[in-house]
Order: sequence, then C-alpha cells, then structure tokens
Amino acid sequence: MRLTGRYRFSASHRLDTPALSPEANRKLYGKCNNPHGHGHDYLLEITVDGPVDQDGQVVNREAMDALVRERVLRRLDHKNLNADIPELAGSVTTTENLATLIHGALAGGWTLPARLARVRIAETARNSFELEV
Amino acid sequence: MFLTRKAEFSASHVCANPAWSADRNQAVYGNNANPNGHGHNYVLEVTLTGDPDPVTGMVFDLRELKEILNREVVDPMDHRFLNREVPPFDRVIPTTENLAVEIWKRIEPQIRREGVHLHNVRLYETADLYVDYGGEQ
Repeated sequence: MRLTGRYRFSASHRLDTPALSPEANRKLYGKCNNPHGHGHDYLLEITVDGPVDQDGQVVNREAMDALVRERVLRRLDHKNLNADIPELAGSVTTTENLATLIHGALAGGWTLPARLARVRIAETARNSFELEV
Repeated sequence: MFLTRKAEFSASHVCANPAWSADRNQAVYGNNANPNGHGHNYVLEVTLTGDPDPVTGMVFDLRELKEILNREVVDPMDHRFLNREVPPFDRVIPTTENLAVEIWKRIEPQIRREGVHLHNVRLYETADLYVDYGGEQ
C-alpha cells in the first residue's frame, strides 16, 4: 500500500550556471535567468510504501507531517534557493536538483517504518518532476 | 491500456481503537480520533488494465463500471457514518488504508474477466492525502 501526502512551500531562485557565459545562460534559461530571481509556490508529494499495520495505517500521519516539515519545509519555505540553502551552493537550482536535494534530506533522517518510495515536485501547475526510489 | 474512472462519496468516520484510552487514540490517529466523528469528501479513482476489445474498442463498458462503483461503494457509503452504518467498519477502523482495501474487495471480483483486471484503487481522503492499493502482493 502506498500513501501520498501533499505539501507546499514557496521559494525564489534564479537559474544560472557559472559554466556558461552570461549570454549563453540567458539563452538557455530564458526568463528563469533574470538576475533578480523569481519565485514559485512549489507543490511537493511524498509517497511512502509499506504494509498496513495493526492500527490500519501505512504510516502515522502526524509523524510523517512532522518529518517533512522538519527536514524539508522548514529549510526551504520562504527562502531564496540560491542564497539560503548551503546544500545547493554550486549547483543550479532547477527543480530536478531540488527533487534530489529533498530526497536526500528525507532519506538522511528517515525515521518512519514505511519505505520512502517517491518524491514528486511541481514547480508550477505545468511542470513537475518525479523521483521513484 | 489503463482505464481510470472516478467517483465521489461523502461520509463521516472515527478512527479510534475502542480498547485504547483517549490519549493513546489521540497519539495514533490525531484529530481523526474525535469520538463524535468528522467527515470527508472522498474521491475514488479505480484503474483497470486490459486490451481494448477488437469489436467494441473498449477495455471495459464504462456504464457497467459506473454501476459497479455506485452499487458497491457510492450507494452504501455516501452520506453515511462509516463506523455505524457500513460493515465491516463497525469492527475494522475506517482509515483511508482500510477503506481502500474494502473497496478493492467489493469491486475486484465484479471487474475481473477475460483479459481485464483491476489494477489500482486510489482513494483521496482530502486533496492532500491519498492512498494507492494494488491488491495483496
């Protein structure tokens, strides 16, 4: 049985890589390369997988919410991803890299009995990225 | 090919183990343990898998699928207090997980036929919480 919880956080970022010239960055990332940055309301889905326990649950909801809040939302919500997140220093703050960061943050402190099975993050209603683990 | 049909029902429930103290129930089920119950607008998505029939072009007759979902799930559960009115939830705690298992048990035998079977039951308790059940592994 899989259980999925949806969470939200808002953050700003700018896509820019030092490996390319300013002109090449502008061409590659378009509006996302705006030097002043811009923001999104990210929608995060966390899926866990495991048997239903004797309480009738795959996972305790409050324990799951607390873990996601502590390991992910507290670090990312209302932050500038380029400036405020040391783990992202040196990498481009694409939503792909953000998904990998979130997976690592959760997996590194995972305390729930059910397995972490999937991280899906939507940058906007039109773009989403999914990591099956 | 996968085919998914959606249905909705609204119901109230209590998630609490009668053998436990109020404090223990609160610790395990949180607000869901309120003894007087509370409600949700459940959204059910059932996914079938099979090949389209060469004559009809359909994996499954959608009208029949709608009738199965209405008969087995929506009619007995919509606008009901699950613990009091919908067996087995007088004995089984109606968590979203247990509801998904019960829905699977009710509809799976009626869907299974040559070349088609039930693939997944997804049940949303709220827009932000859902379970996926694919039967006994």
